[in-house]
Amino acid sequence: MTPRRTLADREDVLGGVMLTPALAYVILLVGVPFVLAIVLSFSDATAGSLRFGWAGVRNYAAILADPIFLRALRNTAVVTIGSQLLVVVLATAAAQVFRATFRGKRFARFVLLLPWAVPVSLAAIAWTWIFDSTFSVINWTLKAAGLLHGWLYWLGEPALALLAIIIVQAWRIFPFATVIVLAGLSSIPQEIVEAAIVDGAGFWRRLFQVELPLLLPVVTVAVLFGVVYTATDLGVVYILTGGGPANTTHVLPTLAFQRGILGADLGQGAAIAVFLLPFLIVVAFAMLRLARRAEVGA
Amino acid sequence: MKRVALYAAALGFVVFAGFPFYWMLVTTFKQNRDLYVGASDLSHIPWIFNDPPTLEHVKLLFGQTDFPRWVLNTLLVVAAVVVITVAVAVPAGYSLARLAGRWGERMGMGIFFTYLIPPTLLFVPFSRLVSLLGLQNSLASLILIYPTMTIPFCTWLVMGFLRSVPWEIEEQAMIDGYSRLAVILKVAPRLIVPGILTVVVFTFTLVMQEFVYALTFISSVEKMTVSLGVPIALVRGDVYHWGALMAAALFTSIPLAVVYNLFIDREPTFHHPFTRGGCHENPNGIVLRAHRRGSVHPLGCSSRRGPAAGRTGGQARGGGDAHHYGFHKRHSLHQP
Amino acid sequence: MAGIEIRNLRKQFGDLHAVDGVDLSIRDGEFLVLLGSSGSGKTTLLRMIAGLERPTAGEIHIGGERVDGDVPPRARGIAMVFQSYALYPHRTVFQNIAFPLEAVRTPRKEIEEKVRWAADMFSITRYLDRYPRQLSGGERQRVALCRALVRDPKVFLLDEPLANLDAKLRNTARDDLKRFQRQIQTTTVYVTHDQVEAMGLGDRIVVMEHGKVRQVGTPQEVYEDPVDTFVATFVGQPPMNLLDLRDPSLAAGTLVGFRPEHLLPRSVFGPGEDLRTVRFAVRRVEYLGSDRYVYGSVLESAAPDATVIAKLPATIALAIPEGETHEFAVPRRLLRYFDAASGLRRRP
Repeated sequence: MTPRRTLADREDVLGGVMLTPALAYVILLVGVPFVLAIVLSFSDATAGSLRFGWAGVRNYAAILADPIFLRALRNTAVVTIGSQLLVVVLATAAAQVFRATFRGKRFARFVLLLPWAVPVSLAAIAWTWIFDSTFSVINWTLKAAGLLHGWLYWLGEPALALLAIIIVQAWRIFPFATVIVLAGLSSIPQEIVEAAIVDGAGFWRRLFQVELPLLLPVVTVAVLFGVVYTATDLGVVYILTGGGPANTTHVLPTLAFQRGILGADLGQGAAIAVFLLPFLIVVAFAMLRLARRAEVGA
Repeated sequence: MKRVALYAAALGFVVFAGFPFYWMLVTTFKQNRDLYVGASDLSHIPWIFNDPPTLEHVKLLFGQTDFPRWVLNTLLVVAAVVVITVAVAVPAGYSLARLAGRWGERMGMGIFFTYLIPPTLLFVPFSRLVSLLGLQNSLASLILIYPTMTIPFCTWLVMGFLRSVPWEIEEQAMIDGYSRLAVILKVAPRLIVPGILTVVVFTFTLVMQEFVYALTFISSVEKMTVSLGVPIALVRGDVYHWGALMAAALFTSIPLAVVYNLFIDREPTFHHPFTRGGCHENPNGIVLRAHRRGSVHPLGCSSRRGPAAGRTGGQARGGGDAHHYGFHKRHSLHQP
Repeated sequence: MAGIEIRNLRKQFGDLHAVDGVDLSIRDGEFLVLLGSSGSGKTTLLRMIAGLERPTAGEIHIGGERVDGDVPPRARGIAMVFQSYALYPHRTVFQNIAFPLEAVRTPRKEIEEKVRWAADMFSITRYLDRYPRQLSGGERQRVALCRALVRDPKVFLLDEPLANLDAKLRNTARDDLKRFQRQIQTTTVYVTHDQVEAMGLGDRIVVMEHGKVRQVGTPQEVYEDPVDTFVATFVGQPPMNLLDLRDPSLAAGTLVGFRPEHLLPRSVFGPGEDLRTVRFAVRRVEYLGSDRYVYGSVLESAAPDATVIAKLPATIALAIPEGETHEFAVPRRLLRYFDAASGLRRRP
């Protein structure tokens, strides 16, 4: 008698059993909290008690009338866009350098990847020291080079502090973008580049008319991830400026933390965090479209 | 001339990327007298050791702070989260790649997107959840919550990895007399080892780096992890012990950077859902081909193993002869 | 000891009908070749026999027992060799061959004996302690065959097992394979897209296209009596010439087909032969050593531009100047007739 199919042969059963824990984890601890985040934003919940009352749009009304929030919203956009512009330029340039062979490349690559490997909070504390109001090595160097006559209070002036935040975010993300662009470069069919050379295109024409257009999808991916990493990051701003001076450098995550956790107003904290959603939805849509385009092969 | 420009550019990037680490290094071993000289004093060069180096800050860090404790805490959390992630994500990734049929790809994509939901959106509800469970201010809260970041990504990672591993070995085992379950238990684990290694490294680096949840859930100093304790609790009152701080940053960064670099050199091919094409019989799609050959994943690592290894990602099974035909040709099965 | 019966078998992947209603009866001990280009459904058919793919509809019987629904691959009494050989990379050759025996909990001693016996048969005994990566393509292929052999299967399924070998090795491997199958007399289903392999190995050939069977027959039948224009042009290299000669004795819309090796200069035929003579405008002659390929067009054809190929053996030393029109002929008994619209064979 031939053995029949048993449970051990059923792909659907085995597949279900093996997927269930992950699915449960994702639904219970990502899906539910995600919904809860939105529900909380319409409530007057506080950290001190478990009371949970409906507050309607009161939280939203409150934060939209709050200049600190509006400033944080603007800062988030400025920091995200500013740092990503910097990242694109740096990563494209760095990829051009690192595709070439040169002596000491292994070491150079090791150093290039350090910012991405190190914990954000530790990098941020190092930068805090670098931007220190009294001991800033940047100020010393600028002064020694004769470029600076006054004094830069990096983390003490709103505009400079934002610039410092942008620099740190770009510093942290461009190695990652470089690796992506490098992978994209190495996957451009060599024949196309060679054809361009045979056709008499110089370095710049080759870069701008052949390689960059082919790299566009890859660069887009790098930027999309960069946007998520920057817009939702709490560590850099929290450690560098703590939102100061005078709440001028808050971004949405730090403000949400200040109101929701430190200030114990869960409802308002959640409402502030929900304003990150538009950023994320745009990114998710862009990614889906990109993925679909890659699949269709258009 | 061109070489000079190249080296200059390379140097520029190295300086920009590495300068904070050089600064950590210098600060760690400088005497306080050498360290705390105002930057307006142009006669004192901060870039070099003006006084002999000292181990004073390192001794302080290891002897008089909670840093060793934080390292232990971090390792404990890392170990627990690695175990949970491997136990949950590896079977799930296998299921999506091999057993779920046509739904696998879509479901994998869905799971991957939950990875994009950032901690900063979830920490508010989590703070309530954690206090409901009575886990506030405990390492258990981190062990419970960190897998929400690692499981989605690692599930998708294992799925992508398995797509690049040919089916035939497992099918062969089924023909050779084993049930599907026996294949999963006896044959598949050996094939997934490189994927599991990636999961471990990713989980390790992610836990080491995490800051937001730790900041939200942990309040007492002796429960902190390294990435939280160093920037938050090494500051005594208003006094920053910069030497010890930079020593802590340096000693944490070095092992991570080494792991990272080893990993990049060894890592097998992975498929990023957004940088690879789905179908492989499209000879005129240049851009598509460009995606397909190089593969990247959000860790920022990429590698290519032979010119063809990255191409099979898109299709699971099915599609008739064309598929199987292509499949065979593109894989050299017998690589170690 | 088992034949295979396949009835109205179908497999759909989404909108794609990979296998579209196949009926096939494979005799016990037969060497059957599934021949088709990629996408013809031959591999899907093989995988359904193996149980790796579940049919959308239809029946499969192996040795008189119906297996399509509920019998997993391990219980079908089959052995399969994949194109990639699918050797377990982290097991030695010995462990690879022993793997199917371990599955059925064979005693250690018996495993040892069987593995040595099979390895001996394929002369790979001295590789038993090596790992697959240390073997050449040909050696791997033999390990895969060994592993299939020790299962003592009712049916062998082979999926392009020679495709990864280089051309020189392929000839000897083909010969080995055929001798081996004759010796053990096990029913074998062999998938290939290479018609030379199909002709050389098959007791019968199944020509497939778009998931359907176009013709089943011995190599000779398939080559000499193709049932339609697809088989006529798919089998044979260069393919059969198909022309509308506007012959008033034939029904309108009849294509005349003949093999390139049958189109020869008029002068080489004897006087008694019943010939169809054509005027052949020669464009180019290709010298290939054992043969000459003559490219040109037939002036009687309805499409005088269509390229017609004649294959002249080296034994015909006649000079064929390029650019001139020559009298060529085909023996009438070697002409085949097809309906231009349906492509089907027409008996005059």
